[in-house]
Amino acid sequence: MPKANREQWGSRTGFLLAAIGSAIGLGNIWRFPYVAYENGGGAFIVPYLVALLTAGIPLLILEYAIGHRFRASPPVAMRRLAKPAEALGWWQVAIPFVVGVYYAVIIAWAVRYAGFSLGQQWGADPDGFFFGEFLRVADGPGAPGGYNADVALPLIAVWIVVLVLLAMGVRRGIERANKVFIPLLVVLFGVLVVQALLLEGASTGLDALFTPDWSAITDGSVWVAAYGQIFFSLSIGFGIMVTYASYLRRRVDLSGSALVAGFANSSFELLAGIGVFAALGFMAVQSGVAVDEVATSGIGLAFVAFPQIISTLPVGANLFGLLFFGSLVIAGISSLLSIVQVVVSAVQDRTGMGRVPAVLSVGGATALVSIAVFPTDQGLFVLDAVDHFINAYGIALAGLVMVVVVAWALRRLPEMQRHVESISSVPLRIWWMVALGAITPLVLGWMMIDGLITELTVPYEDYPQWFLNAAGWGVAGGALLVGIVLAVLFRNREVTSVDEDLEEEERNGAKAAGAEEGGS
Amino acid sequence: MSTGAVVMMGVSMVILWGGLIASALWLRAHPDPEDQGGAQG
Repeated sequence: MPKANREQWGSRTGFLLAAIGSAIGLGNIWRFPYVAYENGGGAFIVPYLVALLTAGIPLLILEYAIGHRFRASPPVAMRRLAKPAEALGWWQVAIPFVVGVYYAVIIAWAVRYAGFSLGQQWGADPDGFFFGEFLRVADGPGAPGGYNADVALPLIAVWIVVLVLLAMGVRRGIERANKVFIPLLVVLFGVLVVQALLLEGASTGLDALFTPDWSAITDGSVWVAAYGQIFFSLSIGFGIMVTYASYLRRRVDLSGSALVAGFANSSFELLAGIGVFAALGFMAVQSGVAVDEVATSGIGLAFVAFPQIISTLPVGANLFGLLFFGSLVIAGISSLLSIVQVVVSAVQDRTGMGRVPAVLSVGGATALVSIAVFPTDQGLFVLDAVDHFINAYGIALAGLVMVVVVAWALRRLPEMQRHVESISSVPLRIWWMVALGAITPLVLGWMMIDGLITELTVPYEDYPQWFLNAAGWGVAGGALLVGIVLAVLFRNREVTSVDEDLEEEERNGAKAAGAEEGGS
Repeated sequence: MSTGAVVMMGVSMVILWGGLIASALWLRAHPDPEDQGGAQG
């Protein structure tokens, strides 16, 4: 039976919206504002912009180039690059499997909180409500002691939406969804920012966020924070952009598209910073404290600080809550689609399985693990540890290994550069080679060593060592191990070349046209 | 807001939002071969 032709995006705009939807996620809303505030305020724009131009966009272009040049998800694309590199490809599939498993539950919380914000059902103690009444978190890491249907039901709903959209295909599912999601997200969040800017104290919050501390620029940790923010917010390092670019047509402007996607992601981060700090300024003025006492990030910002802010609003509290949690849900789902698509696509490419069976089997397996683990009273601890370790020793490490392998071990950057420049409008020149050959590996390597030293000195969040070994090191190391094992299992199953694939697709196209003519 | 904060907020907006607008206009001015003729994208 002939292999089905590879799916394709309907248009470049469709691909760009999907790539932007993947990049804009929870981290843009709840991580960037605090990172910027903590690392020099207004002065942070300098290291941030340098990081965007010397690591973020160059890496984005590299991933686009690999996916587009080799027309496949990471395992096959890497194998076409060099046979032993298939292990790296599978590692980049195991990582999104892990991320997808816990990312979905945060979206499920946001779904519930969109409902809770009608009438501010968290009451006078949002902190106690979130950790106690809603999540029913255990006292500490240990054996699971309860299963929470309030979390499980929205989580199941999130997975149904994601798997249905994935089963509909790249063009009809992912692309169409993002064509709705991205404009909707911009409108919802835009209205939220306007509402936040009209609050008393908004200027106090913006003052705290943008007042520059120029001495921060000479601090190495501020630069590491800037590169870290760019790296983690652009959806690079774990196969997503390789996979998305593999569905592009043969002639497409890769470097121009990467510039748009990179700046769109950063533009949304800036908008989020303005909205979040305007709201935090209001909270600080209402409580009669300084902004640094209320400034926070992550889960604490979204599910504790924002409910507090919403409860204190003089007017429009229900609307503000719906806008905020609705934005989180949309940003989260558009990212989750891309995360799970990497796993689905890899299985399709390497086994020849059809889209729907692949979605049901591997997407279904991801959903089952997610639904089994995260609604338990241990869910929050597991999420916290897995997120920290898979980011540092999964995503960032795999990104580092990929750059070193392509640039130094295989020395294929010039080939990738020629490929990009032959079809793109923005020439890469020496900037791209220096960024990927020197700056990115050095900074990522430094981040890795710096993080590792901290890790070995102080246990993350003071969790017990057995727990960090299992949920932290175990999961991150497990992803690497799975990558190696799968590469060994598939080592004798040869892959066709890109040219052979294209020839077969042409034959399929000719046959289909012939059949159509014969039938008409 | 202090003058420094206003200036840096303005600079950040010009660089990031301006960068997005400039790169989007650039891309629009360079359509892919398949996109020419207004059929797609």
